Amino acid sequence: MQALYAQLLVGLINGSFYALLSLGLAVIFGMLNIINFAHGALYMMGAFVAYFLLQYSGLNYWWALILAPAIVGLFGILLERTMLQWLTGLDHLYGLLLTFGIALIVQGLFQNYFGSSGLPYAIPDLLKGGVNLGFMYLPIYRAWVVVFSLVVCLATWYLIEKTQLGAYLRAATENPTLVRAFGINVPLMITLTYGLGVGLAALAGVLSAPINQVRPLMGADLIIVVFAVVVIGGMGSIMGSIITGFALGVIEGLTKYFYPEASNTVVFVLMVLVLLVKPQGLTGRAA
Amino acid sequence: MTTMTTSSADGVSKPFIRDEMWAFLIMTALLVMVPVSGIYPFFVMQALCFALFACAFNLLIGYSGLLSFGHAMFLGTGGYVTAHAAKVWGVSPEIGIVLGVAAAVALGVITGLIAIRRQGIYFSMITLALSQLLYFVYLQTPFTHGEDGIQGVPQGMMFGIFDLSKPITLYYVVLVIFLLAFLLIYRIINSPFGEVLKSIRENEPRAISLGYKTDQYKLMAFILSGALAGLAGAVKVFVAQNASLTDVHWTMSGEVVLMTLVGGLGTVFGPVIGAFVIIAMQQYLASFGQWVLVIQGVIFVVCVLTFRRGVIGEIAHYFRRSL
Repeated sequence: MQALYAQLLVGLINGSFYALLSLGLAVIFGMLNIINFAHGALYMMGAFVAYFLLQYSGLNYWWALILAPAIVGLFGILLERTMLQWLTGLDHLYGLLLTFGIALIVQGLFQNYFGSSGLPYAIPDLLKGGVNLGFMYLPIYRAWVVVFSLVVCLATWYLIEKTQLGAYLRAATENPTLVRAFGINVPLMITLTYGLGVGLAALAGVLSAPINQVRPLMGADLIIVVFAVVVIGGMGSIMGSIITGFALGVIEGLTKYFYPEASNTVVFVLMVLVLLVKPQGLTGRAA
Repeated sequence: MTTMTTSSADGVSKPFIRDEMWAFLIMTALLVMVPVSGIYPFFVMQALCFALFACAFNLLIGYSGLLSFGHAMFLGTGGYVTAHAAKVWGVSPEIGIVLGVAAAVALGVITGLIAIRRQGIYFSMITLALSQLLYFVYLQTPFTHGEDGIQGVPQGMMFGIFDLSKPITLYYVVLVIFLLAFLLIYRIINSPFGEVLKSIRENEPRAISLGYKTDQYKLMAFILSGALAGLAGAVKVFVAQNASLTDVHWTMSGEVVLMTLVGGLGTVFGPVIGAFVIIAMQQYLASFGQWVLVIQGVIFVVCVLTFRRGVIGEIAHYFRRSL
């Protein structure tokens, strides 16, 4: 049973990353009509920025948790302003191709300088150790990742669904021209939205650094799984992305325990099943 | 899909077809002369396989507007099945190739039925996810030999008379297969079926309202494209004498997109040029390690931002011709 609980925890952690990443993808897709293929690379950048902060300026994990998303978010804003905004009005596929190119550049550069092996990142002192719950041993850092991700996801949901700013955002997703006519700076909102989505990816990167090590390709395969998560959940609903992300992480964890051979593929198989039964995805609007 | 319209949509009249015929003759003449020119034939054979792969991919994106981000699964499946048949079952090359293509067709039917259930950008994500699923399957099934791949595939005698272990014979066999497949694709895109595909690309709701079952057309295009990509993978086995995981990896799916984009989406000759450019670049930059990835990324970005018609598309646009 110990192993089962351990795999469930791993599943919840992976689920937090799926949720944070698919949330960012959904928010970006809503505003920019772009599937951000660079999302995995930016997640990796988040982890690397945390590593650099610790290594070269002595800023610890807690600083990284704030600074890394901000820095990578700014990088995203730069990307949006210099490249992505020129794609407005073009077919969806060009956004996918452009961000794929960006992902290749970023991953290639990091691989060049840091190879393919992982760099260690220590768990912050405050979160070291674990608690014995009686039925299992719970490492504190892992519990922290799950709880903190959940809080961030819910905060993002609240921001978009319940605040004035979120209302502008949702309105601009529906009809940007009309919202602009009301005097709201939609291009600025688009840029900031991209920054927010990218920041969420970077945050997931920082959270994963002490668990998965910091590797140039840590986001490359992850992003494909997240795409499958997005196909399953649909990108129409924020809460849908969060729930699907966590749920799929847990299912993947359970698969690791009961039938480890299929743990790599279970999310894709589920995607196929969902497409056969409910082609629009579980929560999504048809697209 | 209006932004993807290339000059071919301006209406191809008779003189333009003559342009394509001349271009085809020039291409054939150049390729026939390769063995006497002193160019390393292995490089050209490899490029021809990828050119066929890119042409097959272009049939889907360029003429029906579906961006598959998982086309490596067809290349890899064709390759694995052909390599396994030739090495373990000891069948002759032509039977091996037929089996490889048949496997790609079967895969095309299954994945096509799943993928066309969603439109646009979702289609790309689904094909990518399906090819990743297949990647893990091939990584774990015993017959592919995991990380090692199927190595030392015997080249054998094609139809009992062409000895594929002789480089010259192999070169011309590959060339003939490439040219036949190229003509087949040309025939497909200029057939009534191809015209319907283009109408779906330009305006799917309109095509539906005209009574076309667009899903069936898209599925057929997907299967044809997958079969031809499988053919490329099957032929490649006899050139490289191995089949490995590289051919099923998502980076390969990205490469074929890049080749087609550089040459020109929806142009007849673009994918061929694109494949030669990208393969040549990889040859020259092989010693620079990961810089190849960075450069490929830069080409992607530059192409999408400034050069969306690709090499052949730009030439065709400049001369107002269809190539």
